[in-house]
Amino acid sequence: MNIIVVGLSHKTASVDIREKVAFSPNSIEKPLHELVNLDGIVEGIIVSTCNRVEIYATTRDIAGGIARIRRFMAEYHHLAHDLLEPHLYSYHGEEAIRHVFRVASSLDSMVVGEPQILGQIKTSYGYAAEYKSSGIILNRFLHKAFSVAKRVRTETRIASSAVSVSFAAVELARKIFGNLTDKTVLLIGAGEMCELAARHFLTNGAKGVMVTNRTFERAQRLAEEFGGEAIPFDELFLHLHKADIVLTSTGAPHAIITPSDLEEVIKRRRMRPMFLIDIAVPRDIDPAVNEMDAVYLYDMDDLQQVVAANLEGRKQEADKAEAIIAEEIIQFYKWVATLEVTPTIVALRNRFEELRKAELERTLAGWKDAPPDAEKRLEALTSAFMNKLLHQPTTVLKKAGQGNRTDLYLDALRALFDLELGGTDTNESLELEE
Amino acid sequence: MTQISFYLTLSLYAVATLLYLSCLLRNSSCQSILGSRVLLAGFLAHCLATIHRFIAAGHLPITNMHESLSFFALAIAGVYLFFEQRYKVRILGSFVVPFTLLLTLGAGIAPTAIKPLNPALQSLWIYSHTILAFGAYAFFTISGGVALLYLIQSHFLKKKHLGPLFLKLPSLDVLDEIGYRCLAFGFPMLTVAIITGAIWASRAWGSYWSWDPKESWSLITWFIYAALLHGRLTTGWRGRRAAILTVIGFLVMLFTFLGVNLWLPGLHSYT
Repeated sequence: MNIIVVGLSHKTASVDIREKVAFSPNSIEKPLHELVNLDGIVEGIIVSTCNRVEIYATTRDIAGGIARIRRFMAEYHHLAHDLLEPHLYSYHGEEAIRHVFRVASSLDSMVVGEPQILGQIKTSYGYAAEYKSSGIILNRFLHKAFSVAKRVRTETRIASSAVSVSFAAVELARKIFGNLTDKTVLLIGAGEMCELAARHFLTNGAKGVMVTNRTFERAQRLAEEFGGEAIPFDELFLHLHKADIVLTSTGAPHAIITPSDLEEVIKRRRMRPMFLIDIAVPRDIDPAVNEMDAVYLYDMDDLQQVVAANLEGRKQEADKAEAIIAEEIIQFYKWVATLEVTPTIVALRNRFEELRKAELERTLAGWKDAPPDAEKRLEALTSAFMNKLLHQPTTVLKKAGQGNRTDLYLDALRALFDLELGGTDTNESLELEE
Repeated sequence: MTQISFYLTLSLYAVATLLYLSCLLRNSSCQSILGSRVLLAGFLAHCLATIHRFIAAGHLPITNMHESLSFFALAIAGVYLFFEQRYKVRILGSFVVPFTLLLTLGAGIAPTAIKPLNPALQSLWIYSHTILAFGAYAFFTISGGVALLYLIQSHFLKKKHLGPLFLKLPSLDVLDEIGYRCLAFGFPMLTVAIITGAIWASRAWGSYWSWDPKESWSLITWFIYAALLHGRLTTGWRGRRAAILTVIGFLVMLFTFLGVNLWLPGLHSYT
C-alpha cells in the first residue's frame, strides 16, 4: 500500500487558480465519495484552505493513482486538464509522508510557523472520518502528522515569536510589564492599525482603554466600542500619566509629545515605565523621548524590524523541525511496510510453528512410556491441525490482496498475534510462494 | 566529615553552575528544573557542612576568610533559591550561581584550620550581628544581579536589539519588583547589624564606634542603600540610574566585605 499526495499551494499556483479548485466544506461529502471510488484509490482525504488544495490518498498503483487524482481535480471543477497540470505537484512514498508532516507542522505555510494550518487539516480529517473515506492507513498517518506537528511546536521555537506588527507590540509590552492585567492603554487618534493593536492588548488582558481624538465624537464612538473612556484632545496631558501603553496615529504634521511634555508625566507616574508606540507617519512622538529613563518608544519601522527578525528566526528553527520530521518519517515508514500480505503470512506461520514445536517438545519430554512412533504421529497431527487452521485466513488474505479491507485485516492480525514489525525475509517469502 | 560535606557542596555548586550557564548559552528556553534541584542539593550539603563546622569549632563559623566566604555563599544560595521559587526567574541563576561557586572556591582555597575565637568576641551578639550582616549581603548580592539584568534588558529595549538573551530575560517590572524586595529585606538587616555591632563593640572593645575601616565602609554601604530606598519611597525612584546605583552599592558592599579584610587592617580582620 502506498501513500500519495496530489495538490497545489501558494508556492505553485496564484490565488485565481487556487480559488477555482477549492472544495467547499459544505459539500465535501460528494468529492470524498467520488475520490475513493476512483479506480485503484483506497482511502482519501481532501484538504482545502485558502493557501492550498491537496488530496492525500492510498493506492496500490502509484503512477495510475496519481494520474487519476490529477485528472479528478480538474474534472471535478470542470476545468481543462492543461490549465491545472503545470501547477500540480505529486508525491509518493517517503516524499509524500514528508510533505504532509511539513504541511501539518506549518513549515510549508506562507508564514512559516502560523498555527491555523494544523486546525484546518484536523477539520479536513474530521470530514474524511465522518464520511468514511479514510481508513486504517490514513487514520494512522494523519494522527502521526498531528503528533509530529505538536512535537515541532514544543521542541522548536518556530511559532513562539510574533510575526504581525500588533502582536509584536503586545510581546514587547510583556517584556516591559510582565503581566498586562492592570495596565491601561491610551489611543491617540484613530487608525486601523491602532485599533487592531488596542484590541490585541485588550484580548491579552489589558485593564482599560482611554481614547482621545481631535474630533471628540470619534473618540466617544471608539471608546464605546472598547468599553473605555473618551478624553477631549486638549486634556491629553491631564490624563497621559494614567496610561502605561500609548498608541498614537494622528495626522498631525509635527510631534505632539515631546521630552519636556513627558518629564512631568514620568514624575507623576513615580517613574514606572511607559511603552509608547507611534504608528503615525509623520511621527507623533519626538524620537528623543526614547532617551528618557523609563520610556520605551517604538515606531512603525522598529516594529516592522522586530517582525522581520522574528521571521528570520523562524527560518532557523525550521531546520530543527526538518530534523524532527526526518526522524518521524523513518518510524512511520516502518509501520507502513508491515502492511504487506506476504510478510504478514510468513510471520503468522512462524509464530504458530514456534508454539507447535514448543508444545510438542514439552509433551514428549513428560511422556515416559510413550510408544516408539509417538513422536512421528504427534508431529503429523499437530502439523495437519496447524495447516488446516491457517488455510482459511491465508486464502482470504491472498484473495483480499486487491481489496480495500486488507490493511484492516493485516493490522488486526499483527496486533492479535503480536507479530513483529518489519523483518521481511526474502527466502521465507519465496518458500511460501511455491 | 566537615571536609567531605564541604567538597560535596563545591562539586554540586559546580554542576549547578554548568547547568545554569548552559541555560544561558543554549538557544532554547530555560525550562529544565535540573539546575535548581542540583543547586538545592548543594545548598543542603552546604548547610550540613556549616553545622558540622559549628559543632567542631564551638562557635558560629565566620571567624576567618574560609568561613566567611563559605557563609556568604550559603546565604546567597538560600536567598536566590527563595526568589527563584517565588518568581520563576531561572536566568538570574545564570549570573548568581557562578558567583556563589566562585565564593565557595575561594573558601576552599583559603586556609581551613579552625582557630579558637578571640575571648573578647565571645558573646551572644555574634549571632545577631553577623547573621544579619551576612543576610543583608546576600540580599544586596541578588539585588545587584537583578539590577544588572535590568540594565541589560532596558538596553535591549531601548536599542531595539531583541536577541535570544532578550527573550530569556524576565520583564522589567518583575526585575524591578525583585530588586525592591531585596532592598526592603536587606536594608533593615544591615541597619540592625550595624546597631548590634556597635553595642557589641562597646562591650568587647569599650567604644561604640572606632572608625575601623570595616565600620566606615559599612556606613558608606548603608548610605548608598538608604539613598536608594529613600528615593524609592518618596518619588518612586527606579529605572536605569537607580539600577546603576544598585550595582555600585553591590560593588561597595563587596569591598566592605572582602576588600577591607584583605587590604585594610583593622579590628575586623581575623587572621
